[in-house]
Amino acid sequence: MNDMFINNNGLPFCKGCSHTTIAKNTEKALEKIGLKPLDVILVTDIGCHGIIDKSFNTHTVHGLHGRSVALGAGVSAGLRDAGKKVIVFLGDGGATIGMQHIIDAAHNGFNMTVVIHNNMLYGMTGGQPSEYTPYGFKTPTKPGGSTKMSYDICKIVAAAGAPYVRRILAIGDISGALAEAFGRPGFSLVEVMEICPSYGVKSNPEMKLAKVVENSGLATTVVADNPAEAYRTNLREGLPSLLDAVPVIPAQAGIPLQKEMRIMFCGSAGEGVQVAAELLAVAGIRAGLEATKKGSYPVTVGVGFSAAEVILSSGEINYTGTVTPDYMIVTSQEGLDYGRKAAGRMKAGKIFLDASLEPPVTGAEIVSFPFREKVTARNASFMGMFYFVNSSGVFPLDVMKEAFNANKIAKKVDAGQFLELL
Amino acid sequence: MKPFVAFVFNNDCLKIYKMKDKQTVFIDSSRLITESLVRAGADVFIGYPITPANLLYAYSERRFPTFFAAPDEITTLQWMSGFATTGHLPVTATSFPGYALMIESINMAYMMELPMVIVLIQRLGPATGTATCGAQGDLNVIYGTLSGGFPLPCIAVSNMHDCWDLPPKALQMAVDLRTPVVLLTSKEEVMTYKSFDLSLLNEIKPVTRTPYSGKSPYMPYAPMENLVPEFLPVTETGHQVRYTASTHDKTGIIQNTTPDALANSTRLARKITTNLENYLFDDYDRQEGAKTLLITYGITTQAAADAVKAWRSEGKKASLLVMKTLSPIAKRYFDICKEYDNIVIAEENLDGELRRIMFGQGDQARITGVNKIGQMIEPGEIIKALESYE
Repeated sequence: MNDMFINNNGLPFCKGCSHTTIAKNTEKALEKIGLKPLDVILVTDIGCHGIIDKSFNTHTVHGLHGRSVALGAGVSAGLRDAGKKVIVFLGDGGATIGMQHIIDAAHNGFNMTVVIHNNMLYGMTGGQPSEYTPYGFKTPTKPGGSTKMSYDICKIVAAAGAPYVRRILAIGDISGALAEAFGRPGFSLVEVMEICPSYGVKSNPEMKLAKVVENSGLATTVVADNPAEAYRTNLREGLPSLLDAVPVIPAQAGIPLQKEMRIMFCGSAGEGVQVAAELLAVAGIRAGLEATKKGSYPVTVGVGFSAAEVILSSGEINYTGTVTPDYMIVTSQEGLDYGRKAAGRMKAGKIFLDASLEPPVTGAEIVSFPFREKVTARNASFMGMFYFVNSSGVFPLDVMKEAFNANKIAKKVDAGQFLELL
Repeated sequence: MKPFVAFVFNNDCLKIYKMKDKQTVFIDSSRLITESLVRAGADVFIGYPITPANLLYAYSERRFPTFFAAPDEITTLQWMSGFATTGHLPVTATSFPGYALMIESINMAYMMELPMVIVLIQRLGPATGTATCGAQGDLNVIYGTLSGGFPLPCIAVSNMHDCWDLPPKALQMAVDLRTPVVLLTSKEEVMTYKSFDLSLLNEIKPVTRTPYSGKSPYMPYAPMENLVPEFLPVTETGHQVRYTASTHDKTGIIQNTTPDALANSTRLARKITTNLENYLFDDYDRQEGAKTLLITYGITTQAAADAVKAWRSEGKKASLLVMKTLSPIAKRYFDICKEYDNIVIAEENLDGELRRIMFGQGDQARITGVNKIGQMIEPGEIIKALESYE
């Protein structure tokens, strides 16, 4: 392969554009640190600088506007070889729309160098101001000059933890500064200050680059210079199968159900509703049935109602949507409020209702029991679960007890307290 | 139950699981999807948390060789794309709000021809909608993801076995055709626990991938006979590799609308449509003499199966087509439709997204939609639609 970084396609920039300075000095800097073209992955953004990739003999990745730093971060994190170098070119427009990506790459410390071509405006679309346009700097769409100070990206990324950050003017030989950044492990950023010859110079004929930068309060200096270790992506091998963590349930032949049975638990968050429903389903499987369970609760999982639907069947269960339940176990006012509609649809079946609650309008038989009072609110759902199994005879109570005791909940809660109340 | 031995590829070590007799577990499909993707060779999960993709996120953190918590969904797709350029096979899981943020980046990955799988778990919209309510509302978004009328491959699961068998197929399609592939599912499918017999799971082999090995200079977008270009990562030391999101020719260099560049862009669509039959999945339950075809996909398959069972138990006839390769729509599906006088399409959205995609906006007397939002379609609602053609 060709050892030259820049090929003979020529550089595509306007006459007088400092993007040319950056491209040539990038080549020089890479040569200084002894890299070969195919050691380098050049990631470019959208903007005038982004058409550079055709001129480079490195690997090139040309992505979206503002996203090049995130894309380069992915490239960097995917590399195995520490000898590879990811360089991201973007403009001040890309650094505006994609600022979070820059902060985030600095924060993670990915191995990459970001070179911001800050020519203080959007050169490709007609010279609109970016968030990096200095106070007073005129652009074609802001002829009165920008009315706010520019971002100081160097301070921002330094605050995010970037170990090496530097601002330079695109004047003369800048290969030393670039080489310093390219040679660093971890994240580095160089902000190169330029004036766009097509829009910036014409709109601000009296201004010189050094003066504009100085007036903006942007120091052309090394902003951060701290030791850093190279980033290493965590590659975990030999992780156990997710299926290994799922216990096989010892199923035994049981008494078949004539038809699918739907049981709805309605209670409150923190009162064991979801665990009880799961235990009931697992017990059903132990008894030779098929089972499903799904939960319903508000996005704030620690407060409000908590409901679960369990289906038990002797055959395959297809439809798991909410239809009229055959049984309800209602253990709190919040649960009742949630389950009231379902209760209203019931024309038969039973509702096991905490004794503290007003019976809902329903065609189901109401069975009142002081679940909360007898075993505390925290265990009310477990009590309801045992009470349901005992009352319905869906499968032997012993199977429910075995399922309960096989679960880690049995270490904290004694099933005996429920059984003796039946 | 016939005992069998399954070979399970687990990174570099080959484990042998002896699966004897019935192995009933109580399990959710998020677990099956995650495990099957890893066994198939997906090695990086990048995600931003969103309900109802939480279980996939949690399982992936435990199971994928590399896991990254991204700060947002745009970053997610960009990091995935970066990983893909280095030869990894990345996966994410999201829901509509996250997918919406990913769209421009999916266009980029499609243009760069980077393999990846995006698990899209549908929930009720529009906008944030209801995070904990299922839906089938994102098919139009999938069809509208790519600017310019390009097909984005989409495979939808419809039962728990699909959640094991189809993620590897989606990954293989992504690799073979060098494209992002959407694996479509919904909240009720991936968060509901079910009794399930693990001994019935098929063996999963890692996806196969052959990089470019030619001696002549590598042309990043020069297609093979099947219209797909051979892959090389940016770690390559013998060839220059270019990835480009802008309109480009075979060399990967940005072009204006030159004939070569437009031919390359057109190829992106053609490579998918011409190879589609290799990735065509469906369950077609054809009943002899039936004049009505019930079409469904995803979560509504449950209700459709019960509806057809009940319908036939009364001596009435209907066929059932469960479509799994949802984008692009294969000719096979239209050929099947031609066999019937009437078609009922059941899907959990407002106005029949699949129905409109297949049959347009006009009034279709012989085509009926069963649609609903905020709740799963019930078998009885499908039966009513079947009755309308009696």
